[in-house]
Amino acid sequence: MSDAALHGTVIDERYEFTITEICRACGGTTEWLVELVEEGVLEPRDRAADDWRFPGHALPRARTALRLQRDLGLNTPGVALAIEMLEEIERLRARLRRFETEISDE
Amino acid sequence: MEYKDYYKIMGVARDASDDDIKRAYRKLARKYHPDVSKEPEAEKRFKEIGEAYAVLRDPEKRAAYDQLGRNWKQGQEFRPPPGWDRGFDFSGGFQSGDAQGFGDFSEFFESLFGRGGGFGARAGGFGGGGRQGFRVRGEDQHARVRIDLEDAYRGATRSITLSSPAVDADGRVQQAERSLNVRIPKGVRQGQRIRLAGQGAPGPGDGPAGDLYLEVEFHPHRHYRVEGRDVYLELPVTPWEAALGAKIEVPTPDGNVDLTLPKGTPPGRRLRLKGRGIPGKPPGDLYVLPQITVPPADSAAAKALYEKMQRELPYNPRSRLGV
Repeated sequence: MSDAALHGTVIDERYEFTITEICRACGGTTEWLVELVEEGVLEPRDRAADDWRFPGHALPRARTALRLQRDLGLNTPGVALAIEMLEEIERLRARLRRFETEISDE
Repeated sequence: MEYKDYYKIMGVARDASDDDIKRAYRKLARKYHPDVSKEPEAEKRFKEIGEAYAVLRDPEKRAAYDQLGRNWKQGQEFRPPPGWDRGFDFSGGFQSGDAQGFGDFSEFFESLFGRGGGFGARAGGFGGGGRQGFRVRGEDQHARVRIDLEDAYRGATRSITLSSPAVDADGRVQQAERSLNVRIPKGVRQGQRIRLAGQGAPGPGDGPAGDLYLEVEFHPHRHYRVEGRDVYLELPVTPWEAALGAKIEVPTPDGNVDLTLPKGTPPGRRLRLKGRGIPGKPPGDLYVLPQITVPPADSAAAKALYEKMQRELPYNPRSRLGV
């Protein structure tokens, strides 16, 4: 193990992925990624641009999509629906956590 | 090592049809998929199911597994009998499509069907390292790094251990462990990734290595709850602090600060300490949620004080209820 610490790049909302980088990071093909964009699972910053750029949060979404397709046999519209519902559940859980805190105050 | 009862794991009979097995897998995979499930052991269960399915869906692996006999019990100490796999050919390893789960398969699986599962199984497809001039970039890898909330405030260095496929002298794919020291930058948030260029799987032949993405996960904190860049703290206060107002010392992940609790702070009020959340541009806020606690009337003096309040403090907390 080397002693010097490795410095990486934080993937935040300002980060931009190229289509190649996303595909490489997920192990998916370009056609697959285009399908995700067409289904609205991923949204490039400028859809009309020749060279699509994706915000940082596109990476976990694309990976989730790939896993759901591979592990559960979902098609792309099914993946789109599942991801939207999972995100909605996550939002509701966060609200629930907030309310639980407030209720425990009383 | 422990014997794995793949039929039991999948909840199917030993004579289950391929369709039964597929149906059982789909059902369990939906239940325990780490992207879907919040069950505490979901990831472990999902791996187990993926491993069981990799064996039972493949007629050759299933036949070889069945040949071990039906007298083994889940978890029983196990050694493969010598020459147990005679007549079967697993020497080609298995295809990436088999690696349904995340990470490696169990020692039991590897003792039967060889190594090279899970993480980077596709690297096996490139065969031995002998093809000179064959330049393919190594795969990107993903791993998780767990940090404390305090690390996000100050930055830290963390050591992580990764398991990557590597081709040995005989051209077999083995899992090799390596450790990395990684700088955790100040201001990083739960769920963000840190990208380390060139730290992914090595390229076959003389191809360049892929990248490594580290997902940041916070350990749950005893005091703070984190949402994005904002941090929440439940702060116990006394009734007199809430009623009269007070200057209170409040812990933050970056050290203690003085908070002015306004006079007449009602329950449920949130107080914002601007910019005291996770650092960044802009930084998050720290929300203090005062919780009024009632001191016990557990001594004669305390009891006397409560009785004095009862007599001298006209207060009906239920006036809004009309009683």
